[in-house]
Amino acid sequence: MLDRKFIGYTSAPCTLEVEKGRLRLFAIAIGQADPVYSDEAAARAAGHRSLPVPPTFLFCLEMDRPNPYGWFDDVGIPLPKVLHGEQQFTYHRMAYAGDQLTFTAAIVDIYDKKGGLLEFVVQDNQITNQHQELVAEFRRTIVVRHG
Amino acid sequence: MPAPSFDTLQVGDALPTLTVPPITRQKLAIYCGASGDHNPLHVDIDFARDAGINDVIAHGMLIMGYMSRLLTNWVPQSALRTFSTRFQALTRVGDQITCTAQVVEKLRGDGENQIRVAITAADQRGEVKAVGEAVIALA
Repeated sequence: MLDRKFIGYTSAPCTLEVEKGRLRLFAIAIGQADPVYSDEAAARAAGHRSLPVPPTFLFCLEMDRPNPYGWFDDVGIPLPKVLHGEQQFTYHRMAYAGDQLTFTAAIVDIYDKKGGLLEFVVQDNQITNQHQELVAEFRRTIVVRHG
Repeated sequence: MPAPSFDTLQVGDALPTLTVPPITRQKLAIYCGASGDHNPLHVDIDFARDAGINDVIAHGMLIMGYMSRLLTNWVPQSALRTFSTRFQALTRVGDQITCTAQVVEKLRGDGENQIRVAITAADQRGEVKAVGEAVIALA
């Protein structure tokens, strides 16, 4: 069982730059053919200031923090036993290539189901840009399979 | 395709469906690099076997990425207010994902017209991999 004392555990804030090449690769990875997501001229023609950060990429960028699974180790979460249970995003403004996004994260709940066979860890992330504007929030729920 | 309009959309209206090619090991490798999620469960069969799930599985966030494409094919991304997904089944190599969505509510939120859509990602056998919803602002 995971120690409930880790409810409230925070990861150190981390600032990461959104890179164009990475967004182009991400577009390939999800099969996104809309040129707005890979061609800067198309993005500008559609009213964007650069390549937009697509809706789920914020989750990915967060994994560029140094040692992205370090908090698993701190909390005692065994990586081979982990599945992604739920993911929620709330969007406040668009983010673009070239932005410097700062991620802050905190564990807000740990609970179990099925007599402890499954444990759930809920982590909230807040993302602000280089102008200290709130870009988005996301909530990640991971499932730890015991037994 | 004309932009969807709040007034003409009705609860129950379907959004255009999105079907993507079957999952391959190469696609998972590319997604690992592109997403920054290097959890070996998605590319290393030895790790996956040791973890008790027999073979590599797709990232849940790859499935959510497909679901996001259905949304941004339909409205500009700037209209997206919330987007959430619950992952329900493992997606394996060879699975072909189809995303479907429909309007489930018309609402007034934060001083704007919004709709709520329910989104499902299922494989070629109809097994539901993920269910989600999104709130979208519409003129």
